[in-house]
This record gives sequence, C-alpha cells and structure tokens, in this order.
Amino acid sequence: MSKPLLEIWNLCAFYGRAQVLFDVTFRLHPGEVMALVGRNGAGKTTTLKAIMGLVSASAKQATFKGHSLDRLPTYRIARLGLGYVPEDRRIFTDLTVEENLETGRRPAGAGRSPWTPERLFRLFPNLAEMRGRRGNQMSGGEQQMLSIARTLMGNPDAILLDEPSEGIAPVIVQTMAEAVRAMKAEGVAVLLSEQNWAFAAGISDRACVIERGEIRFQGSMAELMADEALRAETLGV
Amino acid sequence: MLALDPSFLAVQALSGLSSASSLFIAACGLTIVFGVTRIVNFAHGSLYMIGAYTAATLIPRLLDLSFGPMTFWAGILASALIVGLIGVIIEVLLLRRIYGAPELFQLLATFGVVLVVQDLVVQVFGPEDILGPRAPGLRAPVEILGRRFPSYELVLIAAGPVVLGLVWLLLRRTRFGVLVRAATQDRDMVASLGVNQAMLFTGTLFLGAFLAGLGGALQIPRVSAHTGMDLSIIAEAFVVTVVGGMGSVPGAFLAALIIGQLQAFGILIVPKSTLVVVFLLMAVVLAIRPYGFFGRAEVVGGSHAVGIASRKPLPGRFAMLLAVVAGLACLPLVADAYLLKVATEILIFALFAFSLQLLIGVGGVVSFGHAAFFGLGAYGAALAVKWFGLSMEAALPAGLALAALGAGLIGAFVVRLSGIYLAMMTLAAAQILFAVAFQWVEVTGGDNGIVGVWPAGWAGGPVPYYLLTAALTVVAVLLLRRIIDAPFGYALRAARDSEARAEAIGLTIRRHRWLAFMIAGAAAGLAGGLYAFSRGSVDPSLLGISTSVDALTMLLLGGIQTVMGPLAGAAVLHALRDWVMPLTSLWRLMLGLSIIAMVLIFPRGLVGTVRDWWEARE
Repeated sequence: MSKPLLEIWNLCAFYGRAQVLFDVTFRLHPGEVMALVGRNGAGKTTTLKAIMGLVSASAKQATFKGHSLDRLPTYRIARLGLGYVPEDRRIFTDLTVEENLETGRRPAGAGRSPWTPERLFRLFPNLAEMRGRRGNQMSGGEQQMLSIARTLMGNPDAILLDEPSEGIAPVIVQTMAEAVRAMKAEGVAVLLSEQNWAFAAGISDRACVIERGEIRFQGSMAELMADEALRAETLGV
Repeated sequence: MLALDPSFLAVQALSGLSSASSLFIAACGLTIVFGVTRIVNFAHGSLYMIGAYTAATLIPRLLDLSFGPMTFWAGILASALIVGLIGVIIEVLLLRRIYGAPELFQLLATFGVVLVVQDLVVQVFGPEDILGPRAPGLRAPVEILGRRFPSYELVLIAAGPVVLGLVWLLLRRTRFGVLVRAATQDRDMVASLGVNQAMLFTGTLFLGAFLAGLGGALQIPRVSAHTGMDLSIIAEAFVVTVVGGMGSVPGAFLAALIIGQLQAFGILIVPKSTLVVVFLLMAVVLAIRPYGFFGRAEVVGGSHAVGIASRKPLPGRFAMLLAVVAGLACLPLVADAYLLKVATEILIFALFAFSLQLLIGVGGVVSFGHAAFFGLGAYGAALAVKWFGLSMEAALPAGLALAALGAGLIGAFVVRLSGIYLAMMTLAAAQILFAVAFQWVEVTGGDNGIVGVWPAGWAGGPVPYYLLTAALTVVAVLLLRRIIDAPFGYALRAARDSEARAEAIGLTIRRHRWLAFMIAGAAAGLAGGLYAFSRGSVDPSLLGISTSVDALTMLLLGGIQTVMGPLAGAAVLHALRDWVMPLTSLWRLMLGLSIIAMVLIFPRGLVGTVRDWWEARE
C-alpha cells in the first residue's frame, strides 16, 4: 500500500476533566475516501477538530505529507494542504458566495490544476445561480455546498469532511455524494465523519469505527459490510 | 430670534457636520478593531492623542522645509502612519496575549496602556499644550449665506465621507477586507482555511490605529494637542461605536452624524448640555435597540465571566473577624492623624471596591461606571448639606438613598444588556452624571465642586471620623457578605455562570441583577458619602472614568475570584499611591504597567494567589 498521507497516533482529547478520545490511531492514504463512523457522541467531530488543532486540551502525534502537526497552529495545518469542512458549516453569513470562496483561496501545489470558482460552480450548479447572495439567505444544503467549495478553494490534498449529509434534503445528499466522488477523482483524499451509514457506505473505500472515543475497527468497507455483528454493536445498523 | 435665522441654522448644521466627520474618523478605527478582535480598545483615544501631538510637532518642521498644502497633508498622513505603527506594537506586545481573556481584563489592560501613554506623552512632547499650524491654503474663511465659516471645516466635512468610502472599498474590494469581515464573524473558521490570524489582527490594529492617528492629526488646526484628549475622545468614540452597533462602520457614520447635529442644535435648546445629550442618546438607543443601529448579538467568543466560586469557609474565620475589628479599633492608639486619614480613605475605597465585587465577582455584571454611585453618594450628601442644611447624620443616608435610586434607574436599563454593551452602558451612565456635575454649575458648582462638607461636631477630627468610617464599613461589608452567601447570592452566581440554565430553573435574572445593582449602588453611595465628609468637598472627578477604573484595579489587584480580595486591593493600591506617587512623576506609567502585568501574569490577584498557594499546600 502507498505511503500514508495523514497519519494519526495516540490522539487523546479532553473536555474539562473528562477524556473523550483514547489513543485514536489511523491512517489516510492519498486519494482514498475513508469513513469515520460511529454513534452520536462517539468522538468523530472531536477527532477532526483535534487534528486541525481546534481542541485545546488534546495531545496527538500526527504527520501530514511527512510534516509533523503536533504543535502547529490551525492555520499552518491548513496551509500544508489539509482542508476542513466543519459539521455546522460555518459559512460567513455576512459575505456573499463569491466572497466566501475568496476566504478559502490558496495557491495549488505544483502540477495540480487549481480549483476556481467556475469549476466549483460546475460541481455545485446551485451555487452558480447565487454568486452575489449572502450566506444568511441560503438553505442548509446550499450552505453545505458552499462550505465544501470554500475549502476546495484552498486546493487541499486531503479534506476532513464532518457530517456533510446532516440536516439537508435527500436530493442534496445525492449532490454531496457526487461532490465526494469528484474530489476523489481529482486525487483529493477524504476523511468523512458520518452518522448516515448508507451515505458513508456508498462512497467510502475504507472505514474506521469509533466508539466512546476508541477506534474499534479499521479496514476496508467490504470487511465492515461483512461484519454484521460489529456493525450491530457499534453502529446499530 | 437668532435661532430662526436661516443662515445661522445653516452654519450651525455645517459645524455639526464637521464635528460629525471628525468624530467618525476618530471612532471608526475603534469599531473595526472591535469587530475583528472583540477587544474594546481603551487605548484608541491615546492613539488619537498621539496623532495630534505628532502632527502638531512634525508638521511645523516640515512646513519650515517646504511650505505648502502638499507638505501639510503629507505631514498628516505621516503622523497617521506613525500612529499605525504604534498600534502594531501594542498589538504584538499586549493585545495578542489577551484575545481570549475575559472582557473585563481586556478593558483594564488597554486602560493600562492609556495610563502609560499619558505619562509618555508628557515625557516625549512636554507638558505644554502644542498649538498646531493652520493648513496652508485654507486659512481664509468662506462666506456662507453672509456668514463666515472656516474653510478648513469644509475640508473636514468632506474628509468623513471620503474615509468612509475608502474604508468601505478596503473592506469590500480587497482580499484583506474580505478576510477581516470573515474574521469578524468566525475567527476559528478563518484559521481553518489557512489564514494567519495574527497577521490579520496586526493588520487590523494598524488600520485602526492609523485611523485614530488620522483623526487626531486632522484636529490640530482647530484645537491644540493637549493631555486629556485621550479620555474625552474615547468616551465619545465609545458612544459612536455603541450607538452605531459595535463593529459596524456605516453604523458609526450614522451615529456620528446624529451626534454632530444633536451637539450643534442641542446647545441651542439646553445650553451647556452637549455631554449630557450625547450620552442620553446612547442610553435611549440602547434601551430600544440593545445592539445599536446595525450591531448584532455578540458571538460568544473567548470572553467569559470570572468570579467567586463556591468556597469552603476558612477555619477560624470568626476569630479572624474579631482580630480585624480589634485591629481597626486599636489603630488610633498607635497611628498619627495622617495615618488615620489614610486608613479612613482605605476603608472607604475598600467598601467601594467591595460593592463592585458584588456586581462583577458575584453577579458577572461587568460595570465600568461604578463611580456613578460613589459620586452620587458623595454629591447627595454634599447637596443635602449645602442646599438643605442637613446634618451629617441625615446627609449620609440621603447620599446612600440617592445612589440607590440612581442605581435603580440606571440598573433598569443596564440589566437588559450583556457583555460589552453592558460595560459601555454603565460607563455612559457614569459619564452622564459626570457631565451633569460638570456642566450644571448653579447647583453642583461645576468643576470646583462643593466645599464645606464637614462631619457633625461629635465626628469631627481624625479619630472619631476614622472610628465612624470603620464601624460603618465593617457593618456594610458584613451585610454584603451575608448577601453573597444567601440564596440571593447563589442565584446571582448561577445567572453569571449560565444565564440560560438559571432561567430554565425559574430564576428571574433581570430582577435579581437589578436588585444587586441597587444594593451595590447603595453601598457605593455610602462610601461616597463618607468620602465627601472625610475630604470636606466633592468634585466631578469622583464620577469620572478614573474613579471607576480605580475600583476595578482594586478588584483586580486583590483578586476577582475572592470575596475579601477587594479589601486587600484597596489597601495596597491606596497605600502605594500615598507613598509612591509623591516620589515619582511617572506614577501613571507605573500604575498602567502594573495593571497590564497583573492582567498578563497575575490575573488571580493577591488574595487569589495566596489562596491558591494555601490550598496547594494542604
């Protein structure tokens, strides 16, 4: 197997005195889609935030493209090419669609064709019709598309995608799935945190199952599909 | 009648526009900086003052080299640039370290900068006011409807919209502007997109300081650069930003326009009402729109309430109380008259600071205008003596009652607000009272205040008055402590820590806070009354920002998370002031640096630190 793009060992995180992540360890390879699945409260969102350096009480060993992330501030982590799409989307509601895209713009690495607003509008045609609209006049699904597009503007090598299907209309969930496939086609690796099992299973190559802050399974999606007992116990599906 | 003459009205409106323009330029940097950093930068007025001093010093030298309008305007821009760089230094050295601190600490730390700058300005530019040059080419007045109007004022009128336009272009049409607006809304997300916030914040401070410096520099042909510009402009700039909505540049412009016209025409209706009118506008706007014209509910950021947590009673506290009372009672046996005077004042300020502790430490109500009630108590007592011929025994309760009444009125507005708006509203309330005391000369004696406020015969002299003060202070502090430990105090703390949860269990937060406001006001009023009789006089400075900040400094020094901290803080600050101030001309610099140092490295204060050490040892 190829050299891992993102490697996390022994990630621990705390809220106050309560430990919420216990030695979370996994790898993400270039160009793959890996689902991080688990029940509500299992620690999926915290894992992604801690990777980005957004959880102050956390300790981790992590490398991305061979660079250590251990003590880097969030913006330096993002600049290495690790994109983050938060679960609550965090659109700048005062800014227009085009301005939101501008906030994410960073130069592409050598030999890559950069994401431009025009390319992203082709990927998310809904957004093309509302370039001048402000974030506070958009539906949840439109905001989700914009949030992903904004992160892609940074031309990341990998994206941490937190619950893209949460709280949006089923027809738009379909768009999200296409967006993930398009990213993969561009060579962008995706770490997808999901509670929507069907959605995750449909687009992921590999999976990590997290339960109460611990990784219970790491392997191919096919293996997880086959292990009904584990799924029933940890995911309830 | 003069006021109906159209040419007079036109000129009056124009001068209103020109002060609006000046005010907007001075204030818009403050609102931009707040929008991004969530820090209300008290030092903004200091930057404005530095701009004026720099321009008044620099431009005449430049004009000696090459006389002409270009030189003048280049000098204005150069002064603004210098101030912008000073803003960068302040950001890198101080602000960067306190972005996540509670807002009280942020306000205090930037006020520390104000104090430091006050002394430095005197050191660098000298104690004299500096009269700036007039603008070449703009010396002759123009004639408007038969009246002469300074042409420089017309330039100022144009300068406001020009600055608004340029700032608008910068924020709308540049990547920096887009990022600033994004960071105004969600700093963490901006960082997650790979933007270096530190650079963004430094850039923002440069912009804000540049605008402050520009505002100050533009004033030099009209007023000489003088110490005291900082606090007078910052008070007005606060009003502009709060009325416009914190963080909103167009809001600041609109607010400045309204204030300019109110000042221009308000004085025609009620003479000498300028200051009152400005702060009344703020009170009215905040009462109707708690976040100003274009503001919005604050995003909950790093700032959070700090205060007293549940405490286990110290062992032997009753014995300690007895020891303190005995010590206070025996002091006259060993102390001379001077020392007793100092002790009296320490006790008074201890009570004042302790009453503020009820609001801030227990209630989480960060009042920046607690001097209002100290001053009301002092003035209430003094006015009762002067106008009604009351004795001390009646005048002290009168002062207390006036302070409680004032706190009831002001509190009714204040408890509707939260966070920085609340702090600003309390500051404004104190400034209104300050303005009344300052400008209503017939009743309050204006700047000179009221003299001849002496205690009754039996309490005259240092020893009896000291004993009276000690007795009243001890009783008041014990009562306040009882309140803090009563269910009422628990309810206040619950509301401080989580408003939503406190409301969900059925507490009426506003009523509790309102009551706390009145209790704290009454206690501060008692302190103020005692102070009036100890001094024999009152003057408007008792209501000023510095008096409010004194109380806050005592809290911070003693430790905000402790009950008895304010008492220790009052003693230490007052003692230092009495013994150190006569030895140095740089007292404010030292005080300012001490405040900054406490915020940065010693935020739990004296008593808090001792307590931590004690508990760690156990």
